Amino acid sequence: MRLLTLCLALWLLPGLALSQSLDDLVARLPLGDYADRAAVVDQIGRTGDPRAAAVLEALLDRALEQRNVDGRVVRVTGGRGAQTATDVLTGEDLGPVASRSTTAIRVNNGLRRSIRTALGMLTLADPDPSRRRAAAEAALRTPDAEQIDALTDAMAAEDDPGIRQALSWAHAAAVLASDAPVADRMAAVETLSSAPALTVQSALNPYREAADPALAQAVSRALDAAASRQAVWAQAQTLWFGVSLGSVLLLAAIGLAITFGVMGVINLAHGELVMLGAYTTYAVQEAIRTQAPHLFGWSLAIAVPLAFVLVGAVGVAIERGIVRHLYGRPLETLLATWGVSLILQQAVRTLFGPTNREVGTPDWMSGAWQLGEMTLTGSRLAIVIFALAVFAGLLVVMRHSAFGLQMRAVTQNRAMAANLGIRTGRVDALTFGLGAGIAGLAGVALSQIDNVSPNLGQGYIIDSFLVVVFGGVGNLWGTLAAAMGLGIANKVLEPWAGAVLGKILILIFIILFIQKRPRGLFPQRGRAAEG
Amino acid sequence: MNKLLLTTALCAVFASGALAEDVEPIRIGILHSLSGTMAISETTLRDAMLMLIEQQNARGGVLGRPLEAVVVDPASDWPRFAELARELIAGDGVAAVFGCWTSVSRKSVLPVFEELNSILFYPVQYEGQESQRNVFYTGAAPNQQAIPAIDYLMDVEGVERFYLAGTDYVYPRTTNQILEAYLIARGVAPEDIIVNYTPFGHSDWQTIVSEIAAFGATGRRAAVVSTINGDANVPFYNELAAQGITAEEIPVIAFSVGEEELAGIDTGPLVGHLAAWNYFESVDTPENQAFIDAWHAYTGNDARVTNDPMEAHYIGFNMWVQAVEAAGTTDTDAVIDAMIGVAVPNLTGGISSMGANHHITKPVLIGEIQADGQFDVVWETSGLVLGDEWSDYLPESASLISDWRAPLSCGNFNVETGTCGGSE
Repeated sequence: MRLLTLCLALWLLPGLALSQSLDDLVARLPLGDYADRAAVVDQIGRTGDPRAAAVLEALLDRALEQRNVDGRVVRVTGGRGAQTATDVLTGEDLGPVASRSTTAIRVNNGLRRSIRTALGMLTLADPDPSRRRAAAEAALRTPDAEQIDALTDAMAAEDDPGIRQALSWAHAAAVLASDAPVADRMAAVETLSSAPALTVQSALNPYREAADPALAQAVSRALDAAASRQAVWAQAQTLWFGVSLGSVLLLAAIGLAITFGVMGVINLAHGELVMLGAYTTYAVQEAIRTQAPHLFGWSLAIAVPLAFVLVGAVGVAIERGIVRHLYGRPLETLLATWGVSLILQQAVRTLFGPTNREVGTPDWMSGAWQLGEMTLTGSRLAIVIFALAVFAGLLVVMRHSAFGLQMRAVTQNRAMAANLGIRTGRVDALTFGLGAGIAGLAGVALSQIDNVSPNLGQGYIIDSFLVVVFGGVGNLWGTLAAAMGLGIANKVLEPWAGAVLGKILILIFIILFIQKRPRGLFPQRGRAAEG
Repeated sequence: MNKLLLTTALCAVFASGALAEDVEPIRIGILHSLSGTMAISETTLRDAMLMLIEQQNARGGVLGRPLEAVVVDPASDWPRFAELARELIAGDGVAAVFGCWTSVSRKSVLPVFEELNSILFYPVQYEGQESQRNVFYTGAAPNQQAIPAIDYLMDVEGVERFYLAGTDYVYPRTTNQILEAYLIARGVAPEDIIVNYTPFGHSDWQTIVSEIAAFGATGRRAAVVSTINGDANVPFYNELAAQGITAEEIPVIAFSVGEEELAGIDTGPLVGHLAAWNYFESVDTPENQAFIDAWHAYTGNDARVTNDPMEAHYIGFNMWVQAVEAAGTTDTDAVIDAMIGVAVPNLTGGISSMGANHHITKPVLIGEIQADGQFDVVWETSGLVLGDEWSDYLPESASLISDWRAPLSCGNFNVETGTCGGSE
């Protein structure tokens, strides 16, 4: 063991003495543990060799393997059974390799960090701006005094203001980590304090106890400023989380606001209609993946009308087949729709299998934006906008279309409406279909954030009824207010009460509220209320 | 298959009356939910058991007798587990039962196995704090999964701050209690540990993930230790990806996320997040390759993944076969005695053996999620680890041991007071 340590030490020492050739370093990559490998990666970065970036990127992708016969490090590409090897430095084709004839060079998180830092140093002047930005961010994460010169040069050469700013923060962090004069390090603290609060905290926390009292004071002042800035923004962030949760509740509940709220049908299969919408999205994406991969960005736009029509048709079938025979008998309706929900669940389970299905997020929806100290994620933002658009669209249909007028007429006074020549049966079917179709739309949105599994609907059915009842049955604006109110209340409670207790508190509140005001937040008044 | 065996048996009866008793099949009970919420996980284990039994029959059965599987469906309903266990043992006369997934289902059948004196093989990682004479625990105890995971994070990743996130039920609560005690014993300050529980099926992770992001921004390495269960994992990992938290900044190590759970998630943004298990499908050994090939052939589906509880059943079943052959009988007491010390190859290239505490030795593997939904092993224990039923890190169980060999024959012997039954 001691001998081995000695050997290792002997063989690492010359590495410190610089000017190791890239070929030697690559040959040493498979040896030792992650720490040894990180040291070699660091040296590869320092060689400045133009081939080094390609080596490190291959290592990052886990494509580097060692041949068992001669120990040569090769890049292996291709899937199982069809793998071929190329020399990592020369690109020479070494022909196909059998699956057990090479040993992968293991990479873990720590090593990946080292690789990114080393790669960052090599790509600071890359023509591709996204790689330069990644390089600046890597340098900021692992500040290193030896990088100061490289970062200064990169800053001078940078045209993109955003990347230049990131570089200046990385430079400041590196200066702070060096033994530069206190004045320079104070200036670095000053520069860093303009970064996002989380970055300030990551970069400055280690210097809170700095030896120099003036520096320590400057650091804690910057940290306090960042903390108070963040505290203010945290309110906005909580509000946003609440709105985002509220919009999910709104989407799930708004279809029910039609079938239960307007028509008075207790539809326990509502959750399964949402689930069908999610599976429609899955099916659309599968078809696109196999038939026309270039359309993937449009998959949700295609799924939206399809889910509306398909799930709406299922809704019409449920109404015509079952619900219409049970009008005025709420208990039977409840049991029958519960049965329908079980049938739909099992049908999907048989058709698609019991396990979760993967629904991808198109590129334009993924990613996050920084607004002040707040993070807005693309998928959540899209869902909020989508929920409000569906709500607005529904409002227009209800208020300003002939169908909406007929629908309100039938639900308020069926006999009178029939006397005026409205085909009430058809209106009933279409109204139920509209509610179901909107549930399908909700499914498209929920497929982006939740499991696409046969159980998807069960998670939302209780919340949906809660929102509709709390908002006031038959009132769309009430549904909006209730969804947003419950979403925000949930998110305000969560940080200090915890998710479990928060949920319990909300339930207790709603029970008490319904005791006091059985008709919800915005009860319907006038003739409609008696209907 | 069974029909074929029956025919063979019948032929034997006609050929010679004396032989009839020799070829009477040995019955094995399979007690896994095939419907309800747990069907996702447990159906696979039923299939794995049927495959193992078929393979054993092809090798000539056990004691010269064929094996016959008796499959029942407890439908994710805990009291139903106990009823069906009684039916299997008393009604069908099974020699041993392989079954259960959740701790509550195991707790529900314990009294039945004790009363009717039969054998249960339990294949899932669990919270420990239990050792019963009639049960053989082939899944991991906390010291075979959670504790080595913490060691890896601290020693290899250099993590100093821990966010313990779990679903609110018995396994995460007990595991986190043990982990908190262990972390404090290893010198982590209490303010560097946060414990957070969420309800089953929690789907809105925005607040918690942003809390994790803030928790990680102190300039010291932070990690999330996740005992989040089942369906809540997909939205959790999706939210991590959406808020851009990568494993290089804040790794998440999970104890309930395996190959099956990763199906249904785009694992591209999750590369590097970790899981601790005793088996991964990606482990490259001839035994594992043979097992995977057999599994694909048996299910007729090359896309079916294998996972840790399947390996536990593989080990448990082979141990039972060996113990029965050693005892020369399927008599419960003789087999329980013969089980201790039995050693069989596991699928990761080692030999697992049954300890006197009815737990087995296993390697502990830490794997990182890859873009193809598989795990790449980045660390493993140098040898096999024996499951520790009573945690040394909880004051109420620190002095308890279990040893089912005569003359002690006790599942909770208190070494301080020298009495059996010191707790529970």
